[in-house]
Amino acid sequence: MSKQYEFKAPILPYILVLPQMVIVFIFFFWPAAQAILQSFYLQDPFGGRMIFVGFQNYSRLLADPDYWQSFTVSTAFAVCITVGAMTISLFLAIQANKKIRFASFYKTMLIWPYAVSTLVAGAIWLFMFNPNVGVIAYMLKHTFHVDWQYLLNFNQAFLLLTLAATWKQLAYNFVFFLAGLQSVPATLIEAAEIDGASPSTRFWKIIFPMLSPTTFYLLVMNLVYGFFETFPIIHQITQGAPGKSTGILVYKVWRDGVINLDLGSSAAQSVILMIMVILLTVFQFRFIERRVTY
Amino acid sequence: MAELTHNSNKAAHRAKLIRRTFPHIMLWIGIAIIVFPIYFIFSASSHTSAEILAAPMPLNIGPHLIENYRQALFEGTKNMGTPVLTMMKNSLIMALGISIGKIVVSLMAAFAIVYFKFPLRNFCFWTIFITLMLPVEVRIMPTYKVISDLGMLNTYAGLILPMIVSATAVFLFRQFFMSIPREIAEASQIDGATPMEFFSHILVPMTRTPVAAMFVIQFIYGWNQYLWPLLITTKPEFYTLLIGINRMMSGADVQIEWQIAMATTLLAMLPPVLVVVIMQKQFIAGMTETEK
Repeated sequence: MSKQYEFKAPILPYILVLPQMVIVFIFFFWPAAQAILQSFYLQDPFGGRMIFVGFQNYSRLLADPDYWQSFTVSTAFAVCITVGAMTISLFLAIQANKKIRFASFYKTMLIWPYAVSTLVAGAIWLFMFNPNVGVIAYMLKHTFHVDWQYLLNFNQAFLLLTLAATWKQLAYNFVFFLAGLQSVPATLIEAAEIDGASPSTRFWKIIFPMLSPTTFYLLVMNLVYGFFETFPIIHQITQGAPGKSTGILVYKVWRDGVINLDLGSSAAQSVILMIMVILLTVFQFRFIERRVTY
Repeated sequence: MAELTHNSNKAAHRAKLIRRTFPHIMLWIGIAIIVFPIYFIFSASSHTSAEILAAPMPLNIGPHLIENYRQALFEGTKNMGTPVLTMMKNSLIMALGISIGKIVVSLMAAFAIVYFKFPLRNFCFWTIFITLMLPVEVRIMPTYKVISDLGMLNTYAGLILPMIVSATAVFLFRQFFMSIPREIAEASQIDGATPMEFFSHILVPMTRTPVAAMFVIQFIYGWNQYLWPLLITTKPEFYTLLIGINRMMSGADVQIEWQIAMATTLLAMLPPVLVVVIMQKQFIAGMTETEK
């Protein structure tokens, strides 16, 4: 695996990996195994009696229109965030990468929001768009005469969640796009400029293809973020309202497990999510091995 | 003829001016999109509850800044009596516990995997790799059950331990160790140093830069954890800041003390933002290194 110098010690390496292994087994493998096991059982929430039901939790789930609705919303949500956040960040990174005055000031101003947590983003956007006290909500109602009630209107709720989640993701994408752009050799772009390539040709024929590894990496990371890490925004802003319509998959696992105590179904949902993460990870690593080239 | 050249010169001049100011204008719009929402909450944290409830709230900085922050820091809100200071302490313990714990555990594991040949080496490597595929979000209930069986609900250990395994940190340190010339380890052997002396006196000090990068990323990661503390903290004295914000903002709109909730939101942003701004260089290096 490595060509590094190797010490001779029979016990020491085991002691060194022990903490990592203990934690992995207790908090990762054991719970994952439990989830798989539990997904084949029905448990009565009070007595704790377990009844083996085979794939019934799964078939019940797959026959449930609510589950498919949640799946569709999660996908739409993840795709909207990914497209929105990546486009805006790439555009800003290109501007900040130009040889202009104050470039480092601009970069700092666009990088620091990386530290803003998803829940804080949710709280800020909830406050601005709260129908009773929000500044933007007031403007929407009184200047543009929009009937702004996002807790009753799915489209409005979806829009608000997407805006908050996209806003939070801008800085992350900006950091990576900027690093990617900085690794494109300036001489290459100058040569194209001398040859008379227009700015748009330079972007689509040189810069964009050279950015493809970064773009692909961010594509995966943004989808993962949209699917799995936006729980705090949902929990803060809509709690799945109106109805259950904005309850994304992760929110549904949490609600069915913690609030409704339907442990069998929650476990089956966890297993399906696990399979999704595994597929995304394998996809990403297979791809990095081959590495997108231009 | 002269006029024609003059005109085209003017057009060229204007085109050049546009080309030069365009990026500035766009970047200022970008910054405005980021900053305005934060200005709104800062403004809100300087007004009284009545002013905010009588929408639209004034957009200036009002005179109640100090009293609002004092109430947030030391008293909390009426519907959530935990003061920010307590929650900030909890968030800090969790963030430092996770970031430092991850670094220590990962350094040890990477040291074992790179510098020792032992029968289970590949097994350990792949075991760590698989954790990438099992984020908290997909094993919510069973992990909760393990924590509750171990009696770790409402404890710092419960908040920290399940979070201190990181495949990315192990991979980053492994990568770095492999790039160190093997002569350094050989020399330490000739000098009669034990493997642990080599680790603590030579290897760890050499790893300063990747460690700093990891610290920034993992501190922010730890500080911003939400789902996990939401599951395992039920006692207010263990609430983290993010849980506190959510609690302050639940309930009927008129009962929410928005000015305190918004002051708390700003205070919750402060520590991780400071870490990023102060350690910006290490942060960017760390972000783009772990990609591979």
